[in-house]
Amino acid sequence: MDSSAIEVAGLVKRFDKVTAVDGIDFTVAAGGFTALLGANGAGKTTTIAMILGLIVPTAGTITVLGEDMLKHRYRVLPRINFSSPYVDMPKRLTVRQNLVTYAHLYGVAGVAAKIEAVAQALEFTDYLKRTYGTLSSGQRTRVALAKALLNDPEILMLDEPTASLDPDTADWVRGYLLDYQRRTGATILLASHNMSEVERLCRDVVILKAGKIVAQGAPAALIDRYGRGTLEEVFLDIARDRRAGVAVQ
Amino acid sequence: MSAIRPRPTGHPLRRMWGLFLRHYYVSAGSWTRLVEMIYWPTVQVVIWGFITEFLYTNSSFVARAFGVLLAGALLWDILFRGQLGVAVSFLEEIWSRNLAQLFTSPLRPAEYIASLMVLSLVRTLLGLIPAAALASAFFGFNVAELGLSMIAFFFNLIVMGWAIAMVVCGLVLRYGLGAENLAWALMFALAPICGIYYPISVLPEWLQAVSTGLPASYVFEGMRAVLVDKTVRFDLMAQAAALNLVYLVVGIGAFVAFFRNARIRGQLVHVGE
Repeated sequence: MDSSAIEVAGLVKRFDKVTAVDGIDFTVAAGGFTALLGANGAGKTTTIAMILGLIVPTAGTITVLGEDMLKHRYRVLPRINFSSPYVDMPKRLTVRQNLVTYAHLYGVAGVAAKIEAVAQALEFTDYLKRTYGTLSSGQRTRVALAKALLNDPEILMLDEPTASLDPDTADWVRGYLLDYQRRTGATILLASHNMSEVERLCRDVVILKAGKIVAQGAPAALIDRYGRGTLEEVFLDIARDRRAGVAVQ
Repeated sequence: MSAIRPRPTGHPLRRMWGLFLRHYYVSAGSWTRLVEMIYWPTVQVVIWGFITEFLYTNSSFVARAFGVLLAGALLWDILFRGQLGVAVSFLEEIWSRNLAQLFTSPLRPAEYIASLMVLSLVRTLLGLIPAAALASAFFGFNVAELGLSMIAFFFNLIVMGWAIAMVVCGLVLRYGLGAENLAWALMFALAPICGIYYPISVLPEWLQAVSTGLPASYVFEGMRAVLVDKTVRFDLMAQAAALNLVYLVVGIGAFVAFFRNARIRGQLVHVGE
């Protein structure tokens, strides 16, 4: 097996005169847990959307599971999945109906059993019959995560998976993701601006600023390089252009 | 990497079934939606049924062909509901901010378009069958009087509806929900010039020229030929089918082009917000 699950090279995205992503290169190792960090508008969501094929890059290449995503994304899409607070599911459908729909779209075998299994794993069997629109943010997050796990993805992309969750639910989600990644060896790419979350979960970090990669490496190595105590302090240094003399790559 | 993951093996028909289920669940779970599907075609038939009853004794045209107005109303509904069936199914995804979920799944645009058409077919039949039954039971007009031509009328009208709906969906992708009213408004703009209730010869010459570019105009002329002249006009059906082929290619082409443009502009992520 190729050692990298995702390879991004020279990736550029311009929207009219705005450059959202400005020539970035990074790889995500197979079985790795990598974070894309950055302030609002840094290019995290655009980068994930390009990897998923929702947005066509202006330039650059994206290789996922050995396939060129710009040419062969339909070979890859059954093998990956994603979750984001910026997209939703039909609110009038029950949780089970939503999951049945997506199970068919992803060609999942044994639909009913699979839905029971993910609902049990994510602890929401009691609201499978409820309409999605009546759920709280935390409950919706669990359902969105269940949808993302239906096809046992080799790569899971999560855009701010704990945004708008209370600390207890957010902590539960982080614990679940960590456990899932350890159990399955799936590759996880996470976009977040929650530094403590990233420190807890990720082995590698890619920090974006104004569409460019400004720092890259293991959280501990970055903290050490910047001479700080936490990843959040490193992030603030980068966001506020402090310690400009430090080499960032 | 763990070996617990079996590779998913999706078939296009299974993905289409998934999308069909999604819309079935929405409709089946809402009696108001089910009633609405039947309500408007039924109201149309009731209005045109009474107008027919009145004109039957006051108009030589209607006296010559009793069901000509009711048939027009029913056929117009195929065109309108066919178009609306595609457009509303698409709008449902935007209203529920579900489009990005769909297009990061293995569902291909061609499968998506085909699913929308099947959904439209089902919705149209669900509205049409009770209305046609009502026309027969209360006003004595049986659509079977149109004979096998009815099949040609039905498919020519629904295909034209699909083609126009594809352009509407594309425009919504491009311009956002500000363009959603086109789903209802566009067909009504065409209604006066495709000769639903009157021959297109009554239109001003320049509008007649526009009318000849609409497949529906040939269908309604064909309908009158069957009911008034008792003649099946295969030439009109062939002209409608040829035009529909062009419409369908243009409609699907427009949707695919707008979809591609939406991926370039990042609209699939944000449309509906």
